[in-house]
Amino acid sequence: MIRSLPSSPLYRIGYGVYAFLFFTFLLMPLIAISILAFNDSNFISLPWNGFTTDWFFSVTDERQGVFADEELIASIFTSISTGFFVALLSTLVGTLAALLFEEEQFRLKGLLYFLALAPLVIPGVILGISLLLTATSAGNHIEDTFGLDVELFRPNYWLVVLGQFSFGVTYVMLLVSARLKKFDRTLEEAALSLKATRLEAIWYVTLPFLRPAIMGAFVVAFILSFSNINTTIFLIGSDPTLPIDLYSRIRFSSTPVLNAVSFLIVLTISGLAIINFFANRSKK
Amino acid sequence: MMQNNKKNLNITFYLLIVPVLIWLIFMIVIPHAELFISSFQVEDDSGDMVFSFGNYIDFFTQKIYWFTFVKTAAYSIGVTLLAFIIAFPIAFYLSKVTSKKNAAFLILLLLIPLWVGELVTVYGWIVLLGDHGIINHFLMTIGIINEPINMLYTNFSMVIGLLYMSMLFMVIPVMSTLQSMDDSLIEAACDLGASKWDIFTKIIIPYSMPGITSGAIIVFMLVIGDYLAPNLLGGKNSLWFTEQIYNNFLQTFNWNEGAAFGFLLLILSSGIIWLALKLSGQKLEKVGA
Repeated sequence: MIRSLPSSPLYRIGYGVYAFLFFTFLLMPLIAISILAFNDSNFISLPWNGFTTDWFFSVTDERQGVFADEELIASIFTSISTGFFVALLSTLVGTLAALLFEEEQFRLKGLLYFLALAPLVIPGVILGISLLLTATSAGNHIEDTFGLDVELFRPNYWLVVLGQFSFGVTYVMLLVSARLKKFDRTLEEAALSLKATRLEAIWYVTLPFLRPAIMGAFVVAFILSFSNINTTIFLIGSDPTLPIDLYSRIRFSSTPVLNAVSFLIVLTISGLAIINFFANRSKK
Repeated sequence: MMQNNKKNLNITFYLLIVPVLIWLIFMIVIPHAELFISSFQVEDDSGDMVFSFGNYIDFFTQKIYWFTFVKTAAYSIGVTLLAFIIAFPIAFYLSKVTSKKNAAFLILLLLIPLWVGELVTVYGWIVLLGDHGIINHFLMTIGIINEPINMLYTNFSMVIGLLYMSMLFMVIPVMSTLQSMDDSLIEAACDLGASKWDIFTKIIIPYSMPGITSGAIIVFMLVIGDYLAPNLLGGKNSLWFTEQIYNNFLQTFNWNEGAAFGFLLLILSSGIIWLALKLSGQKLEKVGA
Protein backbone atom coordinates (compact mmCIF):
# COMPACT_ATOMS: atom_id res chain seq x y z
CA MET A 1 0.00 0.00 0.00
CA ILE A 2 2.82 2.38 0.84
CA ARG A 3 6.56 2.24 0.27
CA SER A 4 7.37 0.42 3.51
CA LEU A 5 4.68 -2.23 3.16
CA PRO A 6 4.75 -5.21 0.81
CA SER A 7 2.10 -4.98 -1.89
CA SER A 8 0.79 -7.30 -4.56
CA PRO A 9 2.25 -6.96 -8.08
CA LEU A 10 -1.25 -6.30 -9.39
CA TYR A 11 -1.59 -3.26 -7.13
CA ARG A 12 1.80 -1.90 -8.13
CA ILE A 13 1.29 -2.42 -11.85
CA GLY A 14 -2.28 -1.15 -11.79
CA TYR A 15 -1.22 1.98 -9.95
CA GLY A 16 1.71 2.47 -12.31
CA VAL A 17 -0.62 2.27 -15.31
CA TYR A 18 -3.01 4.81 -13.78
CA ALA A 19 -0.16 7.23 -13.09
CA PHE A 20 1.12 6.73 -16.62
CA LEU A 21 -2.31 7.51 -18.10
CA PHE A 22 -2.64 10.58 -15.88
CA PHE A 23 0.70 12.00 -16.97
CA THR A 24 -0.06 11.21 -20.60
CA PHE A 25 -3.28 13.19 -20.28
CA LEU A 26 -1.32 15.98 -18.64
CA LEU A 27 1.43 16.26 -21.23
CA MET A 28 -0.53 15.40 -24.37
CA PRO A 29 -1.59 18.96 -25.30
CA LEU A 30 1.91 20.30 -24.71
CA ILE A 31 3.57 17.59 -26.77
CA ALA A 32 1.00 17.95 -29.56
CA ILE A 33 1.61 21.68 -30.05
CA SER A 34 5.35 21.26 -29.71
CA ILE A 35 5.44 18.73 -32.55
CA LEU A 36 3.00 20.61 -34.80
CA ALA A 37 5.08 23.78 -34.43
CA PHE A 38 7.53 22.13 -36.84
CA ASN A 39 4.97 20.76 -39.29
CA ASP A 40 5.40 21.93 -42.89
CA SER A 41 1.69 22.67 -43.40
CA ASN A 42 -0.48 25.76 -43.54
CA PHE A 43 -3.03 24.28 -41.14
CA ILE A 44 -2.77 23.76 -37.42
CA SER A 45 -3.52 20.04 -37.64
CA LEU A 46 -2.09 16.80 -39.02
CA PRO A 47 -1.16 15.21 -41.48
CA TRP A 48 2.56 15.56 -41.00
CA ASN A 49 4.11 17.08 -44.10
CA GLY A 50 7.74 17.15 -43.07
CA PHE A 51 9.93 19.24 -40.80
CA THR A 52 10.21 23.00 -41.11
CA THR A 53 11.19 25.99 -39.00
CA ASP A 54 9.10 28.34 -41.15
CA TRP A 55 6.71 29.09 -38.30
CA PHE A 56 9.58 30.61 -36.37
CA PHE A 57 11.75 32.30 -38.97
CA SER A 58 9.93 32.61 -42.29
CA VAL A 59 9.26 36.14 -43.55
CA THR A 60 7.10 35.47 -46.61
CA ASP A 61 3.53 36.77 -46.81
CA GLU A 62 2.08 33.30 -46.80
CA ARG A 63 4.05 32.18 -43.80
CA GLN A 64 5.01 34.74 -41.23
CA GLY A 65 7.10 33.16 -38.46
CA VAL A 66 7.00 34.24 -34.83
CA PHE A 67 10.12 36.33 -35.08
CA ALA A 68 8.88 38.14 -38.17
CA ASP A 69 5.47 38.94 -36.73
CA GLU A 70 5.79 42.44 -35.32
CA GLU A 71 2.43 42.41 -33.59
CA LEU A 72 3.32 39.23 -31.78
CA ILE A 73 6.77 40.46 -30.75
CA ALA A 74 5.20 43.70 -29.49
CA SER A 75 2.67 41.80 -27.39
CA ILE A 76 5.43 39.63 -25.90
CA PHE A 77 7.27 42.78 -24.83
CA THR A 78 4.05 44.27 -23.43
CA SER A 79 3.55 41.11 -21.39
CA ILE A 80 7.11 41.10 -20.10
CA SER A 81 7.01 44.73 -19.02
CA THR A 82 3.54 44.35 -17.49
CA GLY A 83 4.74 41.27 -15.62
CA PHE A 84 7.77 43.15 -14.35
CA PHE A 85 5.78 46.06 -12.90
CA VAL A 86 3.10 43.77 -11.48
CA ALA A 87 5.72 41.56 -9.83
CA LEU A 88 7.60 44.58 -8.46
CA LEU A 89 4.51 46.24 -6.95
CA SER A 90 2.99 43.00 -5.68
CA THR A 91 6.23 41.87 -4.09
CA LEU A 92 6.65 45.21 -2.35
CA VAL A 93 3.13 45.46 -0.93
CA GLY A 94 2.79 41.71 -0.39
CA THR A 95 5.95 41.58 1.74
CA LEU A 96 4.74 44.56 3.80
CA ALA A 97 1.39 42.81 4.23
CA ALA A 98 3.08 39.59 5.38
CA LEU A 99 5.12 41.52 7.96
CA LEU A 100 2.04 43.42 9.07
CA PHE A 101 -0.18 40.40 9.59
CA GLU A 102 2.50 38.16 11.08
CA GLU A 103 4.20 40.61 13.44
CA GLU A 104 1.80 43.38 14.38
CA GLN A 105 -1.28 43.41 16.57
CA PHE A 106 -3.91 46.04 15.88
CA ARG A 107 -7.63 46.64 15.80
CA LEU A 108 -9.63 45.21 12.89
CA LYS A 109 -6.74 42.90 12.03
CA GLY A 110 -9.13 40.00 11.41
CA LEU A 111 -11.26 42.02 9.00
CA LEU A 112 -8.25 43.34 7.08
CA TYR A 113 -6.75 39.86 6.83
CA PHE A 114 -10.03 38.53 5.50
CA LEU A 115 -10.06 41.29 2.85
CA ALA A 116 -6.44 40.54 1.98
CA LEU A 117 -7.34 36.89 1.33
CA ALA A 118 -10.49 37.78 -0.61
CA PRO A 119 -8.81 37.80 -4.06
CA LEU A 120 -8.30 34.05 -3.61
CA VAL A 121 -12.05 33.51 -3.72
CA ILE A 122 -13.10 36.33 -6.06
CA PRO A 123 -13.20 35.19 -9.68
CA GLY A 124 -10.77 37.15 -11.86
CA VAL A 125 -13.65 38.28 -14.07
CA ILE A 126 -15.17 40.15 -11.15
CA LEU A 127 -11.92 41.86 -10.19
CA GLY A 128 -11.67 42.97 -13.82
CA ILE A 129 -15.18 44.37 -14.20
CA SER A 130 -15.26 46.07 -10.83
CA LEU A 131 -11.97 47.86 -11.52
CA LEU A 132 -13.22 48.85 -14.96
CA LEU A 133 -16.44 50.26 -13.48
CA THR A 134 -14.56 52.13 -10.75
CA ALA A 135 -11.96 53.59 -13.07
CA THR A 136 -14.60 54.67 -15.56
CA SER A 137 -16.85 56.34 -13.03
CA ALA A 138 -13.84 58.04 -11.40
CA GLY A 139 -12.84 59.27 -14.85
CA ASN A 140 -16.35 60.53 -15.61
CA HIS A 141 -16.54 62.21 -12.24
CA ILE A 142 -13.27 64.07 -12.76
CA GLU A 143 -14.29 65.06 -16.26
CA ASP A 144 -17.62 66.44 -15.03
CA THR A 145 -16.11 68.33 -12.11
CA PHE A 146 -12.81 69.61 -13.46
CA GLY A 147 -13.30 69.26 -17.19
CA LEU A 148 -10.18 67.09 -17.34
CA ASP A 149 -9.96 63.96 -19.43
CA VAL A 150 -7.60 61.71 -17.49
CA GLU A 151 -6.07 58.98 -19.63
CA LEU A 152 -5.32 56.71 -16.68
CA PHE A 153 -8.99 56.03 -16.00
CA ARG A 154 -9.67 54.50 -19.36
CA PRO A 155 -8.64 50.95 -20.19
CA ASN A 156 -4.90 51.11 -20.73
CA TYR A 157 -1.54 49.61 -19.84
CA TRP A 158 -1.44 50.91 -16.27
CA LEU A 159 -4.97 49.78 -15.51
CA VAL A 160 -3.90 46.27 -16.50
CA VAL A 161 -0.92 46.55 -14.15
CA LEU A 162 -3.20 47.67 -11.32
CA GLY A 163 -5.74 44.94 -12.03
CA GLN A 164 -3.14 42.18 -11.91
CA PHE A 165 -1.50 43.79 -8.90
CA SER A 166 -4.80 43.61 -7.00
CA PHE A 167 -4.62 39.81 -6.76
CA GLY A 168 -0.85 39.37 -7.12
CA VAL A 169 -0.34 40.89 -3.67
CA THR A 170 -2.34 38.12 -2.01
CA TYR A 171 -0.16 35.36 -3.47
CA VAL A 172 3.06 37.17 -2.53
CA MET A 173 1.71 37.74 0.98
CA LEU A 174 0.95 34.03 1.43
CA LEU A 175 4.34 32.91 0.12
CA VAL A 176 6.28 35.37 2.29
CA SER A 177 4.08 34.64 5.34
CA ALA A 178 4.84 30.93 5.00
CA ARG A 179 8.56 31.65 5.40
CA LEU A 180 8.00 34.26 8.08
CA LYS A 181 6.25 31.62 10.21
CA LYS A 182 9.58 29.75 10.34
CA PHE A 183 11.45 32.86 11.43
CA ASP A 184 12.90 32.86 14.92
CA ARG A 185 11.50 36.05 16.46
CA THR A 186 14.22 36.13 19.12
CA LEU A 187 16.67 37.25 16.40
CA GLU A 188 14.64 40.40 15.90
CA GLU A 189 14.31 40.88 19.64
CA ALA A 190 18.09 40.52 20.00
CA ALA A 191 18.58 43.25 17.42
CA LEU A 192 16.11 45.48 19.26
CA SER A 193 17.82 44.94 22.60
CA LEU A 194 21.10 45.89 20.92
CA LYS A 195 19.52 49.29 20.27
CA ALA A 196 18.56 48.73 16.65
CA THR A 197 15.36 50.51 15.72
CA ARG A 198 12.44 48.35 14.65
CA LEU A 199 13.01 49.39 11.06
CA GLU A 200 16.70 48.49 11.22
CA ALA A 201 15.84 45.12 12.74
CA ILE A 202 13.47 44.37 9.88
CA TRP A 203 15.88 45.63 7.27
CA TYR A 204 19.04 43.91 8.52
CA VAL A 205 17.65 40.79 10.19
CA THR A 206 14.19 39.83 8.94
CA LEU A 207 14.41 40.76 5.27
CA PRO A 208 17.66 38.85 4.58
CA PHE A 209 15.99 35.80 6.10
CA LEU A 210 12.97 36.29 3.83
CA ARG A 211 15.01 36.87 0.67
CA PRO A 212 14.52 33.44 -0.95
CA ALA A 213 10.76 33.62 -0.38
CA ILE A 214 10.59 37.18 -1.70
CA MET A 215 12.50 36.22 -4.84
CA GLY A 216 10.26 33.19 -5.34
CA ALA A 217 7.18 35.33 -4.85
CA PHE A 218 8.45 37.81 -7.46
CA VAL A 219 8.68 34.97 -10.00
CA VAL A 220 5.22 33.68 -9.08
CA ALA A 221 3.71 37.15 -9.44
CA PHE A 222 5.41 37.53 -12.81
CA ILE A 223 4.02 34.21 -14.07
CA LEU A 224 0.53 35.02 -12.75
CA SER A 225 0.64 38.29 -14.63
CA PHE A 226 2.13 36.78 -17.77
CA SER A 227 -0.61 34.18 -18.17
CA ASN A 228 -3.58 36.18 -16.89
CA ILE A 229 -6.53 36.74 -19.16
CA ASN A 230 -9.69 36.86 -17.02
CA THR A 231 -8.91 40.19 -15.37
CA THR A 232 -6.79 41.64 -18.15
CA ILE A 233 -9.35 41.37 -20.95
CA PHE A 234 -11.54 44.11 -19.40
CA LEU A 235 -8.75 46.56 -18.70
CA ILE A 236 -6.72 46.28 -21.86
CA GLY A 237 -6.25 49.38 -23.97
CA SER A 238 -4.59 49.60 -27.37
CA ASP A 239 -1.57 47.37 -26.67
CA PRO A 240 -2.55 43.74 -26.02
CA THR A 241 -0.57 41.40 -23.82
CA LEU A 242 0.51 38.07 -25.28
CA PRO A 243 -2.43 36.00 -23.95
CA ILE A 244 -4.95 38.55 -25.26
CA ASP A 245 -3.29 38.60 -28.67
CA LEU A 246 -3.19 34.77 -28.78
CA TYR A 247 -6.80 34.56 -27.62
CA SER A 248 -8.07 36.70 -30.47
CA ARG A 249 -5.96 34.74 -32.95
CA ILE A 250 -7.35 31.43 -31.70
CA ARG A 251 -10.88 32.75 -32.04
CA PHE A 252 -10.55 34.40 -35.42
CA SER A 253 -7.55 33.15 -37.37
CA SER A 254 -5.70 30.04 -36.27
CA THR A 255 -2.41 29.58 -38.09
CA PRO A 256 0.51 27.34 -37.12
CA VAL A 257 2.26 30.43 -35.73
CA LEU A 258 0.14 29.73 -32.66
CA ASN A 259 1.86 26.35 -32.35
CA ALA A 260 5.24 28.01 -32.62
CA VAL A 261 4.50 30.65 -29.94
CA SER A 262 3.02 28.01 -27.65
CA PHE A 263 6.10 25.85 -28.20
CA LEU A 264 8.34 28.76 -27.19
CA ILE A 265 6.30 29.29 -24.02
CA VAL A 266 6.43 25.58 -23.16
CA LEU A 267 10.18 25.56 -23.81
CA THR A 268 10.82 28.59 -21.61
CA ILE A 269 8.70 27.26 -18.77
CA SER A 270 10.27 23.78 -18.94
CA GLY A 271 13.71 25.37 -18.89
CA LEU A 272 12.80 27.43 -15.81
CA ALA A 273 11.30 24.37 -14.10
CA ILE A 274 14.42 22.29 -14.72
CA ILE A 275 16.72 25.06 -13.46
CA ASN A 276 14.54 25.38 -10.37
CA PHE A 277 14.61 21.59 -9.88
CA PHE A 278 18.40 21.35 -9.94
CA ALA A 279 18.85 24.50 -7.88
CA ASN A 280 16.67 22.97 -5.15
CA ARG A 281 18.49 19.68 -5.36
CA SER A 282 21.97 21.22 -5.01
CA LYS A 283 20.77 23.12 -1.94
CA LYS A 284 19.98 19.82 -0.24
CA MET B 1 14.75 56.28 25.51
CA MET B 2 11.63 54.21 25.94
CA GLN B 3 9.66 57.06 24.45
CA ASN B 4 11.93 57.14 21.41
CA ASN B 5 11.64 53.41 20.85
CA LYS B 6 7.88 53.58 21.06
CA LYS B 7 7.81 56.29 18.42
CA ASN B 8 9.99 54.17 16.15
CA LEU B 9 7.62 51.27 16.54
CA ASN B 10 4.80 53.50 15.44
CA ILE B 11 6.61 54.72 12.36
CA THR B 12 7.31 51.13 11.31
CA PHE B 13 3.71 50.18 11.94
CA TYR B 14 2.44 52.98 9.71
CA LEU B 15 5.02 52.13 7.08
CA LEU B 16 3.59 48.62 6.98
CA ILE B 17 -0.09 49.40 7.25
CA VAL B 18 -0.48 52.41 4.94
CA PRO B 19 0.45 50.65 1.65
CA VAL B 20 -1.62 47.63 2.66
CA LEU B 21 -4.63 49.83 3.43
CA ILE B 22 -4.24 51.66 0.12
CA TRP B 23 -4.25 48.31 -1.68
CA LEU B 24 -7.26 46.97 0.20
CA ILE B 25 -9.35 50.13 0.02
CA PHE B 26 -8.65 51.19 -3.55
CA MET B 27 -8.27 47.82 -5.21
CA ILE B 28 -10.69 45.62 -3.26
CA VAL B 29 -13.27 47.54 -1.21
CA ILE B 30 -14.14 50.49 -3.45
CA PRO B 31 -14.31 48.50 -6.71
CA HIS B 32 -16.65 45.94 -5.18
CA ALA B 33 -18.81 48.65 -3.64
CA GLU B 34 -18.92 50.25 -7.09
CA LEU B 35 -19.90 46.89 -8.61
CA PHE B 36 -22.71 46.60 -6.10
CA ILE B 37 -23.99 50.13 -6.72
CA SER B 38 -23.78 49.88 -10.53
CA SER B 39 -25.77 46.69 -10.47
CA PHE B 40 -28.77 48.67 -9.17
CA GLN B 41 -28.63 51.32 -11.87
CA VAL B 42 -30.29 51.47 -15.23
CA GLU B 43 -30.33 54.18 -17.87
CA ASP B 44 -33.69 55.97 -18.08
CA ASP B 45 -35.17 57.51 -21.22
CA SER B 46 -33.20 60.72 -20.93
CA GLY B 47 -29.89 58.85 -20.51
CA ASP B 48 -29.51 59.42 -16.78
CA MET B 49 -28.64 56.67 -14.35
CA VAL B 50 -31.45 55.86 -11.95
CA PHE B 51 -31.89 53.37 -9.16
CA SER B 52 -33.69 50.21 -10.19
CA PHE B 53 -33.95 46.49 -9.63
CA GLY B 54 -34.30 46.09 -13.39
CA ASN B 55 -31.02 44.26 -13.91
CA TYR B 56 -31.92 41.64 -11.35
CA ILE B 57 -35.50 41.36 -12.58
CA ASP B 58 -34.08 40.69 -16.05
CA PHE B 59 -32.01 37.89 -14.62
CA PHE B 60 -34.94 36.17 -12.97
CA THR B 61 -37.44 36.66 -15.80
CA GLN B 62 -35.26 35.60 -18.70
CA LYS B 63 -34.96 31.84 -18.64
CA ILE B 64 -31.63 31.74 -20.45
CA TYR B 65 -29.89 33.71 -17.70
CA TRP B 66 -30.84 31.69 -14.70
CA PHE B 67 -30.60 28.48 -16.69
CA THR B 68 -26.97 29.34 -17.44
CA PHE B 69 -26.47 30.29 -13.80
CA VAL B 70 -27.75 26.95 -12.53
CA LYS B 71 -25.88 25.01 -15.18
CA THR B 72 -22.62 26.78 -14.31
CA ALA B 73 -23.07 26.01 -10.64
CA ALA B 74 -23.93 22.35 -11.27
CA TYR B 75 -21.08 21.79 -13.71
CA SER B 76 -18.61 23.50 -11.37
CA ILE B 77 -19.57 21.19 -8.54
CA GLY B 78 -19.40 18.21 -10.88
CA VAL B 79 -15.97 19.14 -12.21
CA THR B 80 -14.73 19.63 -8.64
CA LEU B 81 -15.86 16.11 -7.74
CA LEU B 82 -14.27 14.66 -10.87
CA ALA B 83 -11.05 16.53 -10.13
CA PHE B 84 -11.01 14.96 -6.67
CA ILE B 85 -11.60 11.45 -8.01
CA ILE B 86 -8.86 11.79 -10.61
CA ALA B 87 -6.36 13.72 -8.51
CA PHE B 88 -6.52 11.97 -5.16
CA PRO B 89 -4.90 8.69 -6.32
CA ILE B 90 -2.15 10.72 -7.98
CA ALA B 91 -1.50 12.76 -4.83
CA PHE B 92 -1.33 9.52 -2.86
CA TYR B 93 0.92 7.92 -5.46
CA LEU B 94 3.37 10.82 -5.42
CA SER B 95 3.53 11.17 -1.66
CA LYS B 96 3.32 7.55 -0.49
CA VAL B 97 3.68 4.94 -3.24
CA THR B 98 6.38 5.75 -5.76
CA SER B 99 10.04 6.24 -4.81
CA LYS B 100 11.04 9.72 -3.64
CA LYS B 101 13.30 10.20 -6.65
CA ASN B 102 10.52 9.34 -9.08
CA ALA B 103 8.13 11.60 -7.22
CA ALA B 104 10.48 14.59 -7.45
CA PHE B 105 10.66 14.20 -11.21
CA LEU B 106 6.91 13.67 -11.63
CA ILE B 107 6.12 16.73 -9.51
CA LEU B 108 8.32 18.72 -11.87
CA LEU B 109 6.23 17.45 -14.80
CA LEU B 110 3.10 18.38 -12.88
CA LEU B 111 4.20 21.98 -12.51
CA ILE B 112 4.94 22.61 -16.17
CA PRO B 113 1.32 22.76 -17.45
CA LEU B 114 0.50 24.88 -14.42
CA TRP B 115 3.09 27.49 -15.29
CA VAL B 116 2.55 27.37 -19.04
CA GLY B 117 -0.86 28.89 -18.45
CA GLU B 118 -4.38 28.05 -19.41
CA LEU B 119 -4.46 29.63 -22.86
CA VAL B 120 -1.70 27.47 -24.29
CA THR B 121 -3.12 24.26 -22.84
CA VAL B 122 -6.65 25.07 -24.04
CA TYR B 123 -5.18 25.66 -27.47
CA GLY B 124 -3.43 22.29 -27.17
CA TRP B 125 -6.80 20.65 -26.59
CA ILE B 126 -8.26 22.37 -29.65
CA VAL B 127 -5.43 20.85 -31.68
CA LEU B 128 -6.05 17.42 -30.14
CA LEU B 129 -9.83 17.23 -30.18
CA GLY B 130 -10.81 18.95 -33.43
CA ASP B 131 -12.54 17.10 -36.27
CA HIS B 132 -9.23 17.11 -38.11
CA GLY B 133 -7.36 17.03 -34.82
CA ILE B 134 -4.69 14.64 -33.69
CA ILE B 135 -6.93 12.18 -31.86
CA ASN B 136 -9.36 11.77 -34.76
CA HIS B 137 -6.48 11.58 -37.20
CA PHE B 138 -4.84 8.87 -35.14
CA LEU B 139 -8.04 6.84 -34.69
CA MET B 140 -8.81 7.04 -38.40
CA THR B 141 -5.28 6.05 -39.40
CA ILE B 142 -5.36 2.90 -37.33
CA GLY B 143 -8.83 2.18 -38.65
CA ILE B 144 -10.98 2.22 -35.52
CA ILE B 145 -13.31 4.84 -36.97
CA ASN B 146 -14.10 5.99 -40.49
CA GLU B 147 -15.70 9.34 -39.74
CA PRO B 148 -14.23 11.87 -37.30
CA ILE B 149 -15.91 11.84 -33.89
CA ASN B 150 -17.30 15.23 -33.00
CA MET B 151 -15.52 16.08 -29.75
CA LEU B 152 -14.54 19.73 -29.99
CA TYR B 153 -17.13 22.45 -29.26
CA THR B 154 -19.23 20.18 -27.04
CA ASN B 155 -19.82 19.96 -23.32
CA PHE B 156 -17.36 17.06 -23.33
CA SER B 157 -14.44 19.14 -24.58
CA MET B 158 -15.41 21.95 -22.22
CA VAL B 159 -15.29 19.61 -19.23
CA ILE B 160 -11.92 18.22 -20.38
CA GLY B 161 -10.55 21.76 -20.53
CA LEU B 162 -11.99 22.72 -17.14
CA LEU B 163 -10.65 19.54 -15.53
CA TYR B 164 -7.27 19.92 -17.12
CA MET B 165 -6.67 23.45 -15.93
CA SER B 166 -7.99 22.86 -12.41
CA MET B 167 -7.12 19.33 -11.26
CA LEU B 168 -3.51 20.14 -10.47
CA PHE B 169 -4.76 22.53 -7.82
CA MET B 170 -6.33 19.49 -6.18
CA VAL B 171 -3.19 17.34 -6.47
CA ILE B 172 -0.85 19.85 -4.85
CA PRO B 173 -2.63 20.62 -1.52
CA VAL B 174 -3.67 16.98 -1.01
CA MET B 175 -0.12 15.86 -1.71
CA SER B 176 1.35 18.25 0.80
CA THR B 177 -1.05 17.12 3.56
CA LEU B 178 -0.27 13.48 2.79
CA GLN B 179 3.45 14.17 2.86
CA SER B 180 3.15 15.31 6.45
CA MET B 181 1.30 12.10 7.39
CA ASP B 182 3.34 9.60 9.37
CA ASP B 183 3.58 6.29 7.48
CA SER B 184 3.48 4.40 10.77
CA LEU B 185 -0.24 5.23 11.07
CA ILE B 186 -0.91 3.11 8.00
CA GLU B 187 1.62 0.47 9.06
CA ALA B 188 0.00 0.14 12.47
CA ALA B 189 -3.47 -0.22 10.98
CA CYS B 190 -2.14 -2.83 8.60
CA ASP B 191 -0.42 -4.77 11.41
CA LEU B 192 -3.65 -4.77 13.34
CA GLY B 193 -5.40 -6.35 10.39
CA ALA B 194 -7.40 -3.46 8.97
CA SER B 195 -8.58 -3.92 5.42
CA LYS B 196 -7.37 -1.58 2.70
CA TRP B 197 -10.82 -0.04 2.43
CA ASP B 198 -10.88 0.69 6.17
CA ILE B 199 -7.40 2.19 6.07
CA PHE B 200 -8.48 4.37 3.18
CA THR B 201 -11.79 5.60 4.59
CA LYS B 202 -10.90 5.78 8.28
CA ILE B 203 -7.29 6.98 8.22
CA ILE B 204 -6.16 8.42 4.92
CA ILE B 205 -9.25 10.40 3.93
CA PRO B 206 -9.84 11.98 7.36
CA TYR B 207 -6.16 12.87 7.64
CA SER B 208 -6.06 14.55 4.24
CA MET B 209 -9.35 16.41 4.73
CA PRO B 210 -7.74 19.87 5.14
CA GLY B 211 -5.88 19.39 1.84
CA ILE B 212 -9.02 18.14 0.13
CA THR B 213 -11.02 21.16 1.30
CA SER B 214 -8.39 23.67 0.13
CA GLY B 215 -8.08 21.82 -3.16
CA ALA B 216 -11.84 21.67 -3.67
CA ILE B 217 -12.27 25.37 -2.97
CA ILE B 218 -9.49 26.41 -5.33
CA VAL B 219 -10.73 24.07 -8.08
CA PHE B 220 -14.31 25.24 -7.70
CA MET B 221 -13.27 28.90 -7.82
CA LEU B 222 -11.14 28.43 -10.92
CA VAL B 223 -13.85 26.49 -12.71
CA ILE B 224 -16.80 28.73 -11.91
CA GLY B 225 -14.85 31.85 -12.84
CA ASP B 226 -13.28 30.37 -15.95
CA TYR B 227 -13.87 31.86 -19.35
CA LEU B 228 -11.36 30.32 -21.75
CA ALA B 229 -12.40 26.67 -21.59
CA PRO B 230 -16.17 27.31 -22.00
CA ASN B 231 -15.54 29.96 -24.63
CA LEU B 232 -12.91 28.22 -26.75
CA LEU B 233 -13.67 24.53 -26.13
CA GLY B 234 -17.40 24.63 -25.41
CA GLY B 235 -19.87 24.80 -28.23
CA LYS B 236 -22.72 27.19 -28.90
CA ASN B 237 -24.79 25.34 -26.31
CA SER B 238 -22.10 25.21 -23.64
CA LEU B 239 -23.32 28.30 -21.88
CA TRP B 240 -21.23 29.52 -18.99
CA PHE B 241 -22.18 32.35 -16.68
CA THR B 242 -18.89 34.24 -17.09
CA GLU B 243 -19.66 34.41 -20.81
CA GLN B 244 -22.85 36.35 -20.05
CA ILE B 245 -20.75 38.83 -18.10
CA TYR B 246 -18.23 39.15 -20.93
CA ASN B 247 -21.00 39.66 -23.45
CA ASN B 248 -22.57 42.41 -21.39
CA PHE B 249 -19.26 44.21 -20.98
CA LEU B 250 -17.53 43.66 -24.29
CA GLN B 251 -20.32 43.14 -26.83
CA THR B 252 -23.65 44.69 -25.85
CA PHE B 253 -22.02 47.27 -23.53
CA ASN B 254 -24.77 46.89 -20.97
CA TRP B 255 -22.36 47.36 -18.07
CA ASN B 256 -25.01 47.66 -15.40
CA GLU B 257 -26.57 44.35 -16.22
CA GLY B 258 -23.05 42.90 -16.41
CA ALA B 259 -22.40 44.31 -12.94
CA ALA B 260 -25.55 42.63 -11.63
CA PHE B 261 -24.47 39.32 -13.15
CA GLY B 262 -20.99 39.76 -11.69
CA PHE B 263 -22.48 40.37 -8.29
CA LEU B 264 -24.68 37.27 -8.61
CA LEU B 265 -21.64 35.20 -9.56
CA LEU B 266 -19.80 36.56 -6.53
CA ILE B 267 -22.72 35.64 -4.26
CA LEU B 268 -22.95 32.17 -5.81
CA SER B 269 -19.27 31.36 -5.52
CA SER B 270 -18.77 32.78 -2.05
CA GLY B 271 -22.02 31.15 -0.89
CA ILE B 272 -20.94 27.69 -2.00
CA ILE B 273 -17.46 28.18 -0.54
CA TRP B 274 -18.93 29.38 2.74
CA LEU B 275 -21.10 26.29 2.84
CA ALA B 276 -18.12 24.03 2.06
CA LEU B 277 -16.09 25.68 4.84
CA LYS B 278 -18.95 25.32 7.31
CA LEU B 279 -19.55 21.66 6.44
CA SER B 280 -15.88 20.73 6.71
CA GLY B 281 -15.14 22.96 9.71
CA GLN B 282 -12.24 24.69 7.90
CA LYS B 283 -11.14 28.31 7.94
CA LEU B 284 -10.45 30.49 4.92
CA GLU B 285 -6.99 31.23 6.33
CA LYS B 286 -6.07 27.57 5.90
CA VAL B 287 -7.00 27.56 2.23
CA GLY B 288 -4.24 29.96 1.38
CA ALA B 289 -1.61 27.92 3.22
